Parts: sequence; structure tokens; C-alpha cells
Amino acid sequence: MRYMTAQSASAAAMALAEEPGKSRVLAGGTDLLVQMKAGNLTVDLVVDIKHIPGIRDIVPEAGGFRIGAAVANAELREHAGVCQQWPGVIEAAGLIGSTQVQGRSTIAGNLCNGSPAADSVPALVAADAVVRVAGPDGTHDVPVLDIPAGPGKTTLNKAQIVTSILLPARPARSGDAYLRFIPRTEMDIAVASAAVNLTLDATGTVTAARVALGAVAPKVVLVEAAAKAIIGTKLEDAALSALAQACEAACNPIDDKRGTIAFRTSTAGVLARRAAKIAYDRAQGSANAGASK
Amino acid sequence: MALDQAKREFRQVGTRPNRPDGVDKVTGRAQYGADMTAPGMLTGAILRSPHAHARIVSIDTSAAEAIAGVRAVVTGVDFTPQEDNFLRDVQENCMARDKALYDGHAVAAVAATSPAIAKAALKAIKVVYEVLPHVTDVDAAVKPGAPIVQAGRALENVPAGMSENVTNACEFGHGDLDAGFAKADLVIERSFKTAATHQGYIEPHACLASFTADGKADLWCCTQGQFFVRTLCSAIIGMEASQLRVTPSEIGGGFGGKTTVFIEPVALALSKKSGRPVKIVMTRDEVFKATGPTVSSSMDVRIGMTKDGRITAGEANLRYSGGAFPCGTCDMGAQAAFAAYDVEAVRTYGWNALTNRPKEAAYRAPGAPQAIYAVESVVDELCQKLGLDPLAVRLKNAAHKGTLSSYGPTFNEIGLEATLEAAKAHPHYTAPLGPNQGRGLSCGFWFNFGGNTCVSLNINTDGTVGVTEGNPDIGGSRASISLMAAEELGIPYENIRTIVADTNSLGYNDVTDGSRVTFSVGLATIKAARDAIAKMKARAARFWGIDEEAVDWVDGAAVPAGPNAGKFPPLTLAEIAATSPQTGGPIAGHYEVNVDGAGVSFGVHLVDVEVDPETGATKVLRYTVFQDAGKAVHPDYVEGQMQGGAVQGIGWALNEEYIYGADGRLQNPGFLDYRIPVASDLPNIETVILEIPNPGHPYGVRGVGETPIVPPLAAIANAVSRAAGVRLTELPMSPPRILKALKG
Repeated sequence: MRYMTAQSASAAAMALAEEPGKSRVLAGGTDLLVQMKAGNLTVDLVVDIKHIPGIRDIVPEAGGFRIGAAVANAELREHAGVCQQWPGVIEAAGLIGSTQVQGRSTIAGNLCNGSPAADSVPALVAADAVVRVAGPDGTHDVPVLDIPAGPGKTTLNKAQIVTSILLPARPARSGDAYLRFIPRTEMDIAVASAAVNLTLDATGTVTAARVALGAVAPKVVLVEAAAKAIIGTKLEDAALSALAQACEAACNPIDDKRGTIAFRTSTAGVLARRAAKIAYDRAQGSANAGASK
Repeated sequence: MALDQAKREFRQVGTRPNRPDGVDKVTGRAQYGADMTAPGMLTGAILRSPHAHARIVSIDTSAAEAIAGVRAVVTGVDFTPQEDNFLRDVQENCMARDKALYDGHAVAAVAATSPAIAKAALKAIKVVYEVLPHVTDVDAAVKPGAPIVQAGRALENVPAGMSENVTNACEFGHGDLDAGFAKADLVIERSFKTAATHQGYIEPHACLASFTADGKADLWCCTQGQFFVRTLCSAIIGMEASQLRVTPSEIGGGFGGKTTVFIEPVALALSKKSGRPVKIVMTRDEVFKATGPTVSSSMDVRIGMTKDGRITAGEANLRYSGGAFPCGTCDMGAQAAFAAYDVEAVRTYGWNALTNRPKEAAYRAPGAPQAIYAVESVVDELCQKLGLDPLAVRLKNAAHKGTLSSYGPTFNEIGLEATLEAAKAHPHYTAPLGPNQGRGLSCGFWFNFGGNTCVSLNINTDGTVGVTEGNPDIGGSRASISLMAAEELGIPYENIRTIVADTNSLGYNDVTDGSRVTFSVGLATIKAARDAIAKMKARAARFWGIDEEAVDWVDGAAVPAGPNAGKFPPLTLAEIAATSPQTGGPIAGHYEVNVDGAGVSFGVHLVDVEVDPETGATKVLRYTVFQDAGKAVHPDYVEGQMQGGAVQGIGWALNEEYIYGADGRLQNPGFLDYRIPVASDLPNIETVILEIPNPGHPYGVRGVGETPIVPPLAAIANAVSRAAGVRLTELPMSPPRILKALKG
């Protein structure tokens, strides 16, 4: 196995493109090293991207934030600006692994690992984050929803690396939230999860929403019918029931050791309903916070 | 060994000094099984069956042996055939011979100069399997036509016509069941299932074996019983016990799971063949697949009760599976099931069935938590249906001194009623509950054990004392033993060092099991101290020129027994020790015994839970453990046992389970999907220690290590059932299972 420390994104992409065998990108390594040590994965080339200039930075951009692909979740969670603007993304990123794992793991790595149960991915999808991808042909931007392709798979080709993720600017009176279900209280993998991102008007009516589910299908699901169910409402009981029903209808989960199809489906609806209420309260809170300034 | 006196004033017993192994453990200095190394050491690794059940047609090791750096390869044929069934089972569990009996069953092993070479060698071994139909569920295993795991293993007492997988049967009880049930106002019969669970010790099995050219061997390993390891390994390897010295390491948890051998004979065989020391360290995956979880169970319980809460009759049918080998755990479950109750008519039946799962190993109070879960669930449901207070009903039916127990003996002094009264008086029992919350209660029982024990106690010339004992310390026993020696000798705790010796240093000590160590080794330590005191008194008597009988031992010194004995200043232990080379040589106390009178132990657990009606998730809100410890020698470690049992029980009740796929392979061999509780899952576990002296111990000590895992399954199931409004009858009560029950 060859180990390479890339000094630039293009150098990383070139090395990955030229490797005839199996290659992997190393950021935090909290998935990669576990797979290698367990003997589930043997690779010919590991490209460490942590030393690419700027890849560990969080930079304000166009009213939002560009988060470098090697920013550890522990660092992300200490960024006041991101915490204030995207609390749902922050709580999702904060659920990945243990305290120790938080010091290494990244949201870009969580995305590229391709797990349907990745915690940060539904929150990023609900946030409509944009992923910057570098390859031998240069860089381009891709909606985060288009990256996952199925369990352990992404739409990236072997020479492409994620260099950053942009959390966009957002209107006033917006809030987001992420909830997952696990049988324990920590150190576990989502059995079902839901992220809700919404914006209110001055009367408290939802004017825009994105609802995403994790661990209930081969990849993250953006549930447009669930968003429709709450747009134009103030999250009255009927709207929340419609939201939950739309989420349940969007589920296509597996039956496995972590949960049954029926359990994952009903829990996705419950979590979406609860997350929507939290996001709604945050949106109202952000309006109040704005008014008090 | 009788209790000294019912009301004794203790000076050191009952205090809470630091444990002697504590600093080493928190600074990383303590040496666990995997920490041992030797010059020229090889890495041992084991090839395991990927099939639940398969005939081993052939094993070709030639390619592995040809790899540079591979120094030995062994398979089942390298081990001495055993005539004794028990030894053959232990041996074949360590290394399969003709058939692989479960996913993860060892089929071959290598020793190589590096872990990478060992891994490559395992890949180079070619095993041809003939895959056979398998069965992993206990109910499926006893059905007609089920795959037979091992033929011809049924004991004589198994009734004719049962599946060949049924290996043992037992029956306990007394009285006329029909007459008892006829007296009842309400009879409830329910069926229950519990999943196999693992002890979940954090330290994987590890050992280092070193065979010399002249046929001697040393074995260092993490174990609960070095003497039993010697017995098993010397038989399996075919050597005399005297030629094998076994030294136990510090132990990172055992809970019963380290009372047998899995890798030790394999390491010895590899060392013998290679002529080099060989270390084997299991991975977590191997620990789950190939060590011993507890039994899985399927049970039917029927209990009758009068309107005023008197139990008139009880009957239990317990079907346990201890995996691919015969297992007697059903006997202990059948004995324990109704032990808390004074019942006129009671009968329990137990069966063990073979399944294609790893061989069961002991797990704290083996067999009792399952049976008592089933019985206490039915008692709770009877209380609910009859509108009775569950604690009052337990008190009304509680076994007490003179009760003919459900398993035969008549109880002596027992603490059940006092324990129940303590629970009744505790504020927890009457604290208000909120919506979706429920309170559960259960009694628990364990026999406890004494057994073979041998202790040496050496008086050092500087006035300090070394205690040499033979039982690995899994629960703070060195601290407790030092405290008892200090109490008896009348010197400070800090002046005593207790060590766990190798197999050559003492006579045979039974395994650290049966909650026996603080009780039995404590007793032997007290007697060894008294032996040393007698010798010190004799030295003082000679010094003073008076009779030995005229010398007393008070506060760590020899004193004249009274005014008539003469007027001499006290001679302290330190003074007698300092002059011992001139007064007859070293002074040491010894005691060897097969201890009786362990004294049964009862506990009562009280738990509040909240069930999320939308997801079926259970949160444990409050938990209190009440237990009779006889005498708590070091209360921290008594409380630790009580809390640890409750926590393991919470895991067992709510999430832990061996999950097998349709292919018979274990789906969750790791701590990610085998969910032991994490700290944030738990409330503070409150403890209330009761001290009803055990008449069989000088200080009144009872074993406390196992009883705490007996009540939690039922207590939590009763709490969840009351919170959910529906009776749960299968463990674990995982969220999907609770939600399904809630939705009817």
C-alpha cells in the first residue's frame, strides 16, 4: 500500500487517476481506517488530503459558509457563525461517533463514505448544501443530493475528491433540525433519521421547506411531498400528520438487525414531525433574535 | 465455619480504602492477558468456520506451512482424543475435529513470526466443508425433523420420544399442583423467550504459552481460574499437571465467561509444535462468535393466586439452549425459578437443547435471570389483574427461615423479607410517576458457592504481611481479603499486600465463580490469620515463659490473658516478626478447606421507566437495588456488584441479543450492533445494602456477585409492561418489539 500526502487538490486527483489499483481518500479516516483494520478493505493507494491549503478552513461566502473537506466536526461545532445559522447541520455533525471520533471525522467524509445512515447527510440535503468537487478536469459544484448513489457508493469517479461543502445563505425566520433514532443514547448508527429545514413569513406560516430522511432507503431521500404538506401551514396537527404520512410513503427501508421495515417507516414519520417542530421553533426564535437586535 | 458472634464491632471491615490494584489500573501499568511477551514469541491465529454446521471433509495446511515465517500449524488431530465427555466437549469447542458446529468454530490454527504472516497463513489453509442443515433457535431445535447438532448426547433422564437435540432434563418441586391451582382465584399462564447475551467483558481473551524442550510449559492468561485452566489444558495437551504452570494476569472483566478455556490449549499446542512461545489474542469478533454467551431460552410459566394475593401453585417449563454442546444450566434455572416464594405446590422442569451456536459459558447466576424473569412477570400480571400491591404480594409469599424451598433444601437465615421491607420503606417505592411511566419490581435469588480454597499468610520481619491466594480478582477481592486479614491481625490495611498466585504456589483453588471469593477466600484468610496469630502467641509465651493458653491477641499484639498470666507489656506483631529469625524462624499461617455454608442471597430491584409511545424507546429513569450482603466487607465493591448487575440486566432486558441470520451466521459480532448500555443510557443506580449475617462465615459474609443480575430482567419487563399498558414477553424489549406490542 502506498500513502501519499497531497499538497493540492489537482495533485490528489492526478494521483488517484493514475492509480491502477484500488485507491481511497483519507480525511479524518474514521471510516476508512476502521474498514482497513477490520480486514474488509485492502487498498493500493491512500491519498491524505488534510494538507491541501485551505481544506481545513471555514470561510464565509455569499451569506453562507464554505466548509473545507478536512474540517473536523469538533472544529465545525465550535464555529459560532455556522452554529447560529445551521443548528440542524451542527447537531447532525455532532452525532457522528464519539468525542474522540469528533476530533477527526468530517462531514465531507461522512458524505463520501456513502452510508445510507450517515447523520450529516440528511441535514446537508435539507440545507440544500452544494459540494465542490475537484478532479483532473478542474472543479465543479454539485448539489449534495446528487452525491450518494447507494450503500457505500457515490456518483464521484475514482479521481474526484470533495474539497468543500457550501452551506448557503438563508432568509430571515429560517430554522433547521435533525433527529435520529438509535436504541441507545449515543455511540450508535441511525435506524431512521429526519432533517427539516424551513422558512416562515412574518405571520409564522411556512413559506419554504425541505425534508430529508436517512436510513430508510438505499440513499438519503428528499421528500418533496412532505415539504408540500407543511408549506402554507403553521404546523397545525393536520399538517404534521400529512408530513409524517408523506415521509412514511417515501420510505423504502431494509429489514435488518438494526430495525424492521415497519419500525423504520413509522419512526421516520415520527422523527420528521418532531424535527419540523424544532425547526419551526428555531425559525421563530431566529425571527425574535433578529427583532431584538 | 460458624459465625463468630451476631453483633460484632468491626474496625476495618466495612471501611472503604483504595483498592490495591487501583493505581496500576488507572495508570495503565497493570498487566492484562495481551500484555505478556517473551523472547522469540510467535503470533498465533485461528481459522474459524464460516458455516453454522458443516462436516469437515478435509483440511490442507501444506500451502500455509510453506509460507516463510510460519512455524506451526495445528488442527483437531493434533489434540489428544478425550474419553471423558466433559473434556472432549471443552477440547472440541477449542478446535473442531469432525464437524464445525457453529459460525466461528475453530478449525485450524497457525503460529508465525508476525501477525501479517499469520493472517496470510490462515488464508492459505484449504478446508473442504460439506455444509449441513443448521438450527439456531431453541424451539426449532426440539421439533421433529430438526437438524441434529450432535447425536447420542442425551442423558438417561431425558424422556423417550424427545428430539435428539435434547440432552438434559430435570425436575424440582413439591406438593400437589392440581390441588394448588384449584385453590386459586386466578391462574395465569404465559410463554416467554429470552435471547442469548454475552458477558461483554472489555478485555478479549489472551494468552501466552511457552513449551520447553524438556516438556515443561508455562501459560500466562486472563482467566477466572488458573487451577481449572491447568486441569483442562494438561488433560487436553496430555501432560502432567505439575509440568504446566498457569499464571493469571489482571483481568478486564469475566462475569463467568472466563471460567473455561478457548485459546489456551491451542496456544500450548502451537508452542509445543514450534518450540517457541506463542501468544494468541482474540479479536472482538472472535470473542462474540467463539466464546461463551449465556443460554437462550423459551419458557412457559403458570401461577395461581387467591384474591388476597396468596400464591397457591406455580409451575414452570424451561427450555434452554447452551449452544452446540450439552449444558446443565437449565438445572440451575429450574432450581432458582420459585426460590423467593413459600409455596405449597411448585414444580419446575428444565430441558437443554443443542443448537448451532457457540458453547454456553457461565454468566453471573447462570440460568436464574431467565427463569425468574418468567416467574416474576406472571406474578406481576397477577397483581395487576387482581388489583394488588406487588410488594405486599411478594412479602406475603416470601420465603423465610424454615421455608421448604422450591428446589429442596429448607432455608436457614435468609434476608428476603428484610430486603422487601427495605424496598417498601424506601421513598422510591412511593414516588409519583408521570405519563407513559411505569414502575417494576422483582425479587432475585442465587445459591452462592464455597468450594476448594487455600490461602497462605506470611508475616514479614518488618511487621507487614503478605497474603497469597489463588483466585483472580474480578471484583475488588484483593481489597476485601486485605481488609479481613487486617481486621483479624489488628494491623493497618496498608501493611498488607494480597497477591493472586500461580498454580505452583498454592493448593487447588476453585474458579472465581459462584460469588465465592470474598466468602471463601475471606474465610480461609481469617483462618490463616488465626493460624499465624496462634504461632505468634506461642513465640510470645516462650519469650515470657508462660503457657500459650495464657496469651491473648488484642489490637495487633500478644498480651497476657489476664492478671494471673503475669504482668508483661504487649508484644506487637512487628516486634514478634522482627525477632522471628531468633525465635524459631519465619512465621506463616495457612488454611486449606472445601468451604460449605455459602448462604443464599436475595435481592430486590425497583425500577422506573418511561416508554415513548411513538417509537417504543425505553428510558430508565430511576433504579434502586436492595440486597442482603451478610456483611459488606468493602461496601464500594458490594455496591459496585449491585450496580454492575443492574446495568448488565438493563442491557439484557432492552437491547442485547445474539442475532442469527437465516444462514446461521451471527449478524452482530461487535459492540456496535451488540448493544451493551453506554453511560448516558443509565440513571445513577442507587443501592441499599442489608446485612443479615450468614451463619456460615466468621464475619457473616455472603457472596454478592451474582444475585444482582437476577432481578433486572423481570423488574424492567414489569416496568415497561406497566408503562406501555401491554405485557411484554420476549427479551430484549427492543424499540421495534415494544412498538409492535403497542400497536397490537
